[in-house]
Formats: sequence, C-alpha cells, structure tokens
Amino acid sequence: MKTSRFTVWLPYLWLLIFFLAPFALVLKLSLSEPAIAIPPYNPVLTWEEGIAGWWVDLKRLSFENYRFITEDSLYWKSYLSSVWIATVSTLLTLAIGFPLAYGMARAPRAMRPVLLMLVILPFWTSFLIRVYAWIGILKKEGLLNQFLLWAGLIDQPLTILNTDVAVYIGIVYSYLPFMVLPLYANLEKQDATLLEAAADLGCTPFRAFWTVTWPLALPGVLAGCFLVFIPAVGEFVIPALLGGSDTLMIGQTLYDEFFKNRDWPVSSTVAVILLAILIIPIVIFQRLQQREAGA
Amino acid sequence: MKTLLIALATSIFVFPALAQERVVNVYNWSDYIDEDIISDFEEETGIKVRYDVFDSNEILETKLLAGGSGYDVVVPSASFLERQITAGVFQELDQSKLSNSANLWDEVSNRTEVYDPGQKYSINYMWGTTGIGYNVGAAEERGVAVDSWDVIFDPDKISKFADCGIHLLDAPTEVIPAALNYLGKDPDSRDKAELEEAAALVEQVRPHIQKFNSSEYINALANGDICLAVGWSGDVFQARDRAAEADAGVEVGYSIPEQGALMWFDQMAVPADAGNVEEAHEFLNYMMRPDVMAKASNYVYYANGNKASQELLEEDVINDPAIYPPAAVLEKLYTIRAYDPRTQRTVTRAWTKVKTGS
Repeated sequence: MKTSRFTVWLPYLWLLIFFLAPFALVLKLSLSEPAIAIPPYNPVLTWEEGIAGWWVDLKRLSFENYRFITEDSLYWKSYLSSVWIATVSTLLTLAIGFPLAYGMARAPRAMRPVLLMLVILPFWTSFLIRVYAWIGILKKEGLLNQFLLWAGLIDQPLTILNTDVAVYIGIVYSYLPFMVLPLYANLEKQDATLLEAAADLGCTPFRAFWTVTWPLALPGVLAGCFLVFIPAVGEFVIPALLGGSDTLMIGQTLYDEFFKNRDWPVSSTVAVILLAILIIPIVIFQRLQQREAGA
Repeated sequence: MKTLLIALATSIFVFPALAQERVVNVYNWSDYIDEDIISDFEEETGIKVRYDVFDSNEILETKLLAGGSGYDVVVPSASFLERQITAGVFQELDQSKLSNSANLWDEVSNRTEVYDPGQKYSINYMWGTTGIGYNVGAAEERGVAVDSWDVIFDPDKISKFADCGIHLLDAPTEVIPAALNYLGKDPDSRDKAELEEAAALVEQVRPHIQKFNSSEYINALANGDICLAVGWSGDVFQARDRAAEADAGVEVGYSIPEQGALMWFDQMAVPADAGNVEEAHEFLNYMMRPDVMAKASNYVYYANGNKASQELLEEDVINDPAIYPPAAVLEKLYTIRAYDPRTQRTVTRAWTKVKTGS
C-alpha cells in the first residue's frame, strides 16, 4: 500500500519542486521593489521576524508593479503579438505535421521505427546551432535565395531573414517534432477496420477521413497544438536570432526588463502574467485529457 | 531564484581548486585580448588563468548582482562600474600590490575619476569611441563626406545610403547620447523631455535603418553588405582589417564626427566575493606593465590607459588618429555617467519605441 501512495504523490512532489516553489519565488519577487544592491531588489516576506512579521508584511504588500504594466501599452501589445505569432506557428505546424504523422502511421509496420527515428534525429544537435543554420539558409546570399535565383523563380533575392516570416519558419521547424509525435501516437493506434467499414458502407475516402479519422485524432491534435503553442508564446531565442528589430515578443520585453532596466520585480510581474495567460489553455487541455481518460 | 542562479553559476565556474594550484578567474569581453598574454602570465607567475568571455555589460552586471559569480577579475564599462560600486559589488584594490600603476595615463585616469573616484576599485584596460564606420567607396560614390553626425541624423543624407544598408548599435546608452549631442543638448542629459526628443530624432531616420545590432555589423561592413554603421571604434577597425585581408574591393573607414563622440572606458575590477584576491592583484599588476599593454593594444586596435606603453605601440596604432585622437579631437569627446533606474527605464522604453514602433 505504501508504495502505491508514494507513486501517487511523486508527480505532485515533482510539481512542487520544479513548478510551485520557483513560481512562489517569482511571485514574491514581483511584489518587491528594485534597489541598487545585491540582489537588486528589496525583499518582501522575509523570515527574519517569523510568522508575526509575515502578517505585517502581508498588509504592506504593494501591487504597484502590476498596476505599472497595465499603464504602458508595450506590455499588452507584446503579449498579444506573442500569442498571435504562436497561434499562426501552431496552425502551420499542424498543417505540416498532420500529413507527416498520417504518412508515418500508414507506412509499412517495419518502416515506422525508422521514420520515428528520423523525426527525433534533429534533437541530437543543439537547438541553438539548428536555429543558427537557418541564418545561413535564409539570408540574402543564402542557400534558399541562391536556389530560387538559379531555378529562375525570382530575379531579386528575397528578404526573409530578420522578418516575421523567418520567425515563423524557425518556430515551425523547431517545434515540428512536438506536433508529429503525439499525432503519430494517436493515428497509429486507430483501428484500420473502421475505415474499411466506412468504405463498405459507401463512404468516399475523403468523407471517411473527416467523419472517422479526424474526430478520433482530435486528442492528438490538441496535445500537439498545446505542446507547440505554449513554448512558442514565450520563445526568445528564435525571434532574437531570426527576427527583425521590430519583431515584438514578450520574451524580448522580459529580457529588456531584466537585463537592461535591471528591474527584477517588474520582469517577474511580466512573467507571472505570462503564466496566467498560458494557464488558461493548459487547464482546458487538462480537462480534455481527463474527459478522454474517463471515456 | 537567487540560490538557483548561484548554484548554477558556481557549478559552472568554480571548480574545486587542486591542492596548492594558484588560479585566477577572469571574465572579459569577447575578442578583447591577445591570448599570448594569458599564456605568458601563466608561465611567468605559475598562476593558472581561467578565462571566460561575455558580450554585453548587461550579462556581466546580472551575474555580479546575483552574487557569487565566482570571478576574480571582471571588465565592466565605466558607467556600469559606477553603479556596481554603489551596489557593493567590488572590493577596494590593495594599492601596495599594484606597483605598476605609475604607468597609467592621466589623460584617461582624469576622466575615469568621475566613475571611480581615486581609482579605488578599478584600473583602465582599454578605451575607445562610438563613431561611424563606413564603406569608403560607397561614400565617395554618393559624394557624401562621413565627417559629421549629419550622415546619420539628417534624413536627406542618411537616405542616400539606405539602399546599401545601415546598422545601428542596439544600445540606447551609445546612440541616445550621440543624438542629444547632435541636438546641442548635454549628451548626459537626464531630462525626460530631452531624452524623448533624442529618441524622436532616431525614430525619424528609423525607416532607413536595416538592423539594430551590436556585433553583426563587423562582418557586414567587412563584406560590403552595409555601408554605414554606428559602432565601437575597435570593432570597425576589425572590419577594416578583415576587408583588407579579403581584398575584395571593400575599404572600411572609421570617423569620429566633428561634433564629437562618446568616449568609453573598460575597467578591470575585483568582485567583493572573489576567492583569489591575491592572484587577481597579480593579474592586474601584470596588465599594467607597458610591454603587456602595448601587446594588448597592438592586437585589438583599441587605445589603452597606459602612458608608458605608448612608445612600444606599433606605428599603425599610436599614429592612427582614430585610435589615439589628437588633442583637439580628444577635447570634443564626451562621457556619460550611470543612469538612475528611472532614467534607465525612460531610455529603454524610448528605444523599444524606436525599434518596434510601439
């Protein structure tokens, strides 16, 4: 009995150590104010005066930083722009990832492990290097432009690098495996005899896909979409390397607060609100998963 | 988070010292030293140097403010150093161990005095200017002399270069003072209205600027991909040398505009929590030897704050007016102090508006 209770608690312990505890620290930081010191803020809710001190501290807590970021349009514009970029990237990833996963799931059984391996293979190289490689591909005198010029499709090199298009390409490329893997896991489990039954009853393959395969694949689609969407909203590296100076994303805004303004409290506030924005889709996802598990 | 950062920093940078092995952990800007200097120092003193690099003052500052960085010698720019001294990041240097400090150049130390009065906490490593790097051929073709900030801030002039690419440093503390100076204001102004006016000036020429960056412009200038860049002197010289080596018809020039330019200083200092204070002082003292500093400047093409090293400098360094400007030009160079948090926020915000339009 004891072991099983432990296994139940293990995920919660994990959540406590790697999510709740750091989040509590960030939340605490977001309520403090900056200072020129090591560390660069005046801590609130310290242990020095015990529990009684906490009560006094609690009453003194200031939500000044939260008020501050509602005052400047920069912050909500950054959130909005990040959510937009993440949404577009997620849909593009789905559009490319679904046929890929479908093809893999329908491939001869013996080939599937090889195909799966090929999807995972890019992870063996550093993420940073792979994003860097895109600079060489997308720049004006890069491989893509050279190829298009050679093929006679364009006569002037395209400006792709340092634009939002490059950011989309970078995100779709980097997160594609996160879309393909849950989709593949779902599609591979689907019972092929259902499609045969549909065909026997006079269903066209196209209609069979939309009435049988797609609804059954929805949990995989949602899992893939969340796995792409959530990290893409907070993405910093890809827009920093491939995006232009005018690409507005919350990761950059957070970086500026932390490193340029040295305002750890405000940057923590930005992070807490980002988490609040992301929690909504995560909760929906959880609900859907529970429903699936219950069904 | 603090403890996490410390744990991370120490696990990466502080290895358990082997018995009796003397070490010094140095954290300097990237591409900023002749590596022979490090091996010479190790050979002469038997102290092992663990050399690590950064590429922005912000990264260095964040590590120092988080505490427990594990470094013994760090090299912030003077305006950052000033604030870090206030925060209690550094320890006072033991002057009795710095016998070579007599070699320092008063022209430089007098100017760094405002950041670190009495040079209690730091010594100068290199200094330079923030000016305009340009493609000589392209400027001649357009009949525009690159000798004034007009080339950047006058829409009529900058637009002539727009077709061949213009980069600006992605550092408001470098560009905003230049804009203030151009407008005839104090380059070190803290006045919100003036700072916003300066940002508006940059915003006006924003459509002509291809990219804001602080390192990419070196190669872009050298390859002839761009023809104008507001950048750091030594970086532009690197671009000049790379262009000359490539011999592909690109000639890069550097101009300290007639209205003057920002003069900056990179200072060597010892963090308060340094573990190898003795070795750090030996390193600093070594770096103040005339032959060592001459070697350093001959390699990186930046001027140094060491008077005695000047006669050992190569001709193309000491006689280059862009590296060692003549007295008349030196007089026009201006310096800026550390921004207080409120001003810093105004400047960062205005800069984001310049870059993203929102």
